[in-house]
Amino acid sequence: MSRWRPAPVPRSARLTRRAAILFALQGGVMGALAWRMRKLQVDDAQRYRLLAEENRINIRLIPPARGQIFDRRGQPLAVNRQNYRVTLVREQAGDVEAVLDRLSRLIEIPDHDRERILREMTRKPAFVPIPVAEHLSWEDFARVNANAPALPGIDVEVGQTRFYPHGPSLAHTVGYVGRVNERELEADGGATPLLQIPDFQIGKTGVETRAEDVLRGAAGLSRIEVNARGRKVRELSREEGQPGADLQLTIDLDLQRYVMERLGGESASVAVIEIATGDVLASASSPGFEPNQFVFGISSKNWSALLNDPYRPLSNKTVAGVYPPGSTYKMVVALAALEKGVIDAGESVFCNGRYQLGESYFHCWRRGGHGHLDLREALSQSCDVFFYEIARRVGIDAISDMARRLGVGVRPDLPVPAVSEGLAPTKDWKRASYDQSWQVGDTLNAGIGQGYVLASPMQLAVMTARIASGKAVAPRMIRGQGGRPLPDPEAPPLEVNATHLRLVREGMWSVMNASRGTARKSRIYADGVEFAGKTGTSQVRRITAAERAAGVFRNEDLPWNRRDHALFVGYAPYDAPRYAVSTVVEHGGGGSSTAAPIARDVIMRALWGGEPPLSAYPPGEREAEMERRIRPPAPRPEDAAPEAPPTTGAAPEAPAGPSPTPATSPVDPSAPASGRRA
Amino acid sequence: MPRLAPPEAPLSPLQKVLRFHWGLALLIAAVACVGFLMLYSVAGGDLDPWASRQMVRFAAGMALMFGVAMIHIRYWRTLAPLSYVGSLTLLAAVEVAGHTGMGATRWIAIGPLQLQPSELMKIAVVLALARYYDWLGEGRVSRPLWLLPPLLLILVPMALVLKQPDLGTALLLALGGGAVMWLAGVHWGYFLAAIALGAGLVTAVLESRGTDWQLLKDYQYRRIETFLNPESDPLGAGYHITQSKIAFGSGGLSGRGFMQGTQTRLNFLPEKHTDFIFTTLAEEFGFVGALSLLILYGLITLFCIVSAMANRDRFGALLTGGIGATFFLFFSVNMAMVTGLAPVVGVPLPLVSYGGSAMLVLLLAFGLAQSAHVHRPRG
Repeated sequence: MSRWRPAPVPRSARLTRRAAILFALQGGVMGALAWRMRKLQVDDAQRYRLLAEENRINIRLIPPARGQIFDRRGQPLAVNRQNYRVTLVREQAGDVEAVLDRLSRLIEIPDHDRERILREMTRKPAFVPIPVAEHLSWEDFARVNANAPALPGIDVEVGQTRFYPHGPSLAHTVGYVGRVNERELEADGGATPLLQIPDFQIGKTGVETRAEDVLRGAAGLSRIEVNARGRKVRELSREEGQPGADLQLTIDLDLQRYVMERLGGESASVAVIEIATGDVLASASSPGFEPNQFVFGISSKNWSALLNDPYRPLSNKTVAGVYPPGSTYKMVVALAALEKGVIDAGESVFCNGRYQLGESYFHCWRRGGHGHLDLREALSQSCDVFFYEIARRVGIDAISDMARRLGVGVRPDLPVPAVSEGLAPTKDWKRASYDQSWQVGDTLNAGIGQGYVLASPMQLAVMTARIASGKAVAPRMIRGQGGRPLPDPEAPPLEVNATHLRLVREGMWSVMNASRGTARKSRIYADGVEFAGKTGTSQVRRITAAERAAGVFRNEDLPWNRRDHALFVGYAPYDAPRYAVSTVVEHGGGGSSTAAPIARDVIMRALWGGEPPLSAYPPGEREAEMERRIRPPAPRPEDAAPEAPPTTGAAPEAPAGPSPTPATSPVDPSAPASGRRA
Repeated sequence: MPRLAPPEAPLSPLQKVLRFHWGLALLIAAVACVGFLMLYSVAGGDLDPWASRQMVRFAAGMALMFGVAMIHIRYWRTLAPLSYVGSLTLLAAVEVAGHTGMGATRWIAIGPLQLQPSELMKIAVVLALARYYDWLGEGRVSRPLWLLPPLLLILVPMALVLKQPDLGTALLLALGGGAVMWLAGVHWGYFLAAIALGAGLVTAVLESRGTDWQLLKDYQYRRIETFLNPESDPLGAGYHITQSKIAFGSGGLSGRGFMQGTQTRLNFLPEKHTDFIFTTLAEEFGFVGALSLLILYGLITLFCIVSAMANRDRFGALLTGGIGATFFLFFSVNMAMVTGLAPVVGVPLPLVSYGGSAMLVLLLAFGLAQSAHVHRPRG
């Protein structure tokens, strides 16, 4: 088979050569690429593997459930509540304005919130949920949920938030939580990553802050895989945290609420201690405030109203407020004198209405004087001259030593912040603080609980409990933790002569029950339940010689903040003491007229564990008490707008009794209202 | 003086099929399959939205390749100037009626088809230069006057592409055209001069930054800067290259496994289905996988070069060699880019990256190379 074949065309030698060179070049480039890949994937693989892991794994904290707080009978004081909130994701919403418009037909979105939402939208990545509304009611939540298809990008979440079911009644003791602020973050120094969770809540005041470690629990960890934009892709592993431990307080919620109601918005405080255990059954500081307002975020208007309120609702007066104890201090002076042996049981002193020291006079509250009286009568009638005399005999250091043994001038160990130490002054203290030597006049003032002496209502209640029991009762507020009760503490003996204590107790009995006792009107009319106590009226202003000559102003004639503080301490029953109570009504007038009836009502509630029989009240008050019980309960302070405080401190009780006019002396520093000194 | 090919008996279709370069076709299909796998992987284990469409395009492209290969190379030689003029017209039309995407105007709509004329241009330049040097013969190639037409053939489309602006394509046009000129036998002294000129131009480009006659767009300057020092701005301009290197390197020797590439799947990697698809492959199949693909590409290039060397038809040889060189440029620039050896210029990985125009044009080009191979002079 033969076929014509064309003459072979010679191959171009040059093209072949050039092609070979070209491929050699290309081979070189490919070699370089292979070398580069080897470098990245073999030599440096570990480094890049690490970088890749850092890229994709994000560790997130799971906030632990906060421990709840209960009262001594298990009634909830601080609980975790579902927080229904609505968030909006921009990239899913499309037209944000339109979605917000539709949403605002379902729930209320105030204009300033709307502005905030739109502002945050522009600052944050499109996939980050922006909170639109929080703390929705179940109805609102359900309504938004039902309309979800029409609301693209809107998401409803359930978180946890703190709620205080009894709001203002216990705001000072329980306190409140809030979001972590810059300062707290800085103080922590990054040691607690949990604090950096955006809406994590920590205790701000009260037990919430002091027991933070117990209540908080430990955070859980969730390792999640994220994509390049930080969006969660899936959870790789999860380590559950440890929820915070529940706390049981010693507070009796019912008593506490009664006390707050009884104080009726006055600027006042009451402490009730169970003598056997030291349990603080009530620690009331009036007026209260709404702690839930702080959790939800308080408006600046409400905040400044609270700050500017002359009744200082934010201050926990029971433990942080200090007052000159006035005549309630006389038991301290008496015990100091008895223990030092400068007086004996039958010793009597003559009171002519004033006590002369050098050129100046220290006055008794009764202008005409009391005549001859012994210790029991002096306590019962609260004679000032008697105590000037024995104070002078025993000296300030012995008085203050006794005060500290009874708890005044010693900071009580309580799980709330700003617990005040009070002040039991000594010569050394004055030298150190003022660089002045102690004067005898100072001692006389201290003898009637004025001058430098300062005590908080809680300290006065402790003092009373110690006198009543003869034991060094220590107050406590936490009764159990994590579901287990703490052991009841055994108070050590006071180491004060029992006879001396009995003398003082008899004096306190006489105050309530003797014919000339200053608080006779507030005694308990029930067999076997005798009330013992002591009134006090502490002066916050100086009485000039001219005023004394013209007649001392009556409290009603003075502006509220110039009136005397009304104090009362007491315990019951007299023969087997169970409860000690102290009451301070700021600028309330007289201790017997204002403070004693409150203390009596409160301690009766404690004694009877509820409403005492009407027959236990003085005959003249039974009708009023009955009326109070029939009347629908007064609006709870929770419902009262905090920005509308009472304008004046008109005492709700009967006219002020005899206007006590404690002494003033050349060296008397005009007694402060309740400000701390030194 | 061009040598006229002696008349030959026409090939029957069966003969054509037998003379087909099946090795090359097989390699192309293998690389395309790697592409399908990767597109399936970056879609999170889904044929949608990329892999399935890419398969359809590849099938159409393969049919196109066979069709083109069946047509005698002399018809393509005749059509070469026309294809060049046509492509240039389309490229110019982009200026007038182009679509803008990613800060550059590259697309033009012809009926329902979205076309990227710059892709077409890469092949048209090779065709036109092969035709020119075929006509010119070997004798006059290095004469300065005869150097002007090919330079114009390269520079005019380059200028248009730079205007879009598309630095990567411009570079590929220049290098692809240069490769044909090199194969045609242009004196190596000119190439040295061109390299020197290029270096001077780069200097000028860099120096012009911030002046009134700034030659490149700001983003291109930033990319060059990032290339020189990627760690300077890891979250900004350097993000692409830093993330690409992390993904690449974390693959290690044998990779994370198919569909296990965390960086890719979690979107740390940008343009994961187009320009950076090689990084995905490297992350999931490691050094072994990346090197394997490089070898496949190298073999395709080698087959083209060998076919060119064996082809005694000058047009066919130049065309095959030019196409092989262009293909080489495609993958080497892309690989250099994603491994941090070259700036990010936006060159896709041939046959693997998702993209219709590039795939069809590339298979059309391989069809031309096949045609040259099938219809190479016998005897």
